Amino acid sequence: MTTTRTAQVTLPSETEVLIVRELDAPRELVWKAYTTPELVRRWWHARRGDVTAIEIDLRVGGRWRYAMTAASGGFEVAFHGEYRELVPCERIVSTEVYEGAPKHEALTTVTFAETDGRTTLEIRQQVASREVRDAIVATGMEDGLQDALDLLEQVAAARR
Amino acid sequence: MARAATTTDVFNAVAEPRRRQLIDLLANGERPVGELARALAIAQPQVSKHLRVLREVGAVEVREAGRQRLYRLDGRALKPIHDWISDFEQLWSDRFDALDDVLEELKEREGGDDG
Repeated sequence: MTTTRTAQVTLPSETEVLIVRELDAPRELVWKAYTTPELVRRWWHARRGDVTAIEIDLRVGGRWRYAMTAASGGFEVAFHGEYRELVPCERIVSTEVYEGAPKHEALTTVTFAETDGRTTLEIRQQVASREVRDAIVATGMEDGLQDALDLLEQVAAARR
Repeated sequence: MARAATTTDVFNAVAEPRRRQLIDLLANGERPVGELARALAIAQPQVSKHLRVLREVGAVEVREAGRQRLYRLDGRALKPIHDWISDFEQLWSDRFDALDDVLEELKEREGGDDG
């Protein structure tokens, strides 16, 4: 039986967004699902569109790029960045740029902590300013700023 | 004394760590300023300054009770923040739900490899 658990989102400081979720699997498997392109392709869509690219060059200095076509509107949403630090099954530090706003680069730290066969995944994003942080949260990180509200409305409507 | 001109909305008001602490304290009920100052271990004028910012955006209300001024939270002003974060939480919850499915399959497959 699978229970739906909510991701915990907090704003620990003016320039950070923290996303925490516990997963019912050991961290080796979570790492695998998080870093293997064929597997990332199967969950990153968040049920909001079709994934068009998952590129992962998993080494320090290596590049990554994720892209999808949003179900509502048909526009492409893409992110890319570079790996800065990699500790297998423990930690990934990477840069992250939303291609719709390429001037704003975030530094994302993902940590995998295991307790009794379950893994707590923590995604901490550090951005340059509060405005960037607000923009990230407001857009749900997957939409052009101008389309953000439309998308949220459509998603909300589809849920009713 | 010049007032901080940057605080114009509730998002900005709660971005300050001390003010978030004040909101946490007030979430437990109405408090006088002196008690808030003691709880935060900072001077009363500073607490008053933060309370004023929170009042300006409607997050905090004050009433006179005898010689005391009692402060309390007004959740309505904080709702836009709650809603705003909720949408983002929903995105990540949907993403993690899909990840759960992938992990279930991996667990079954890895278990099968052992047998």
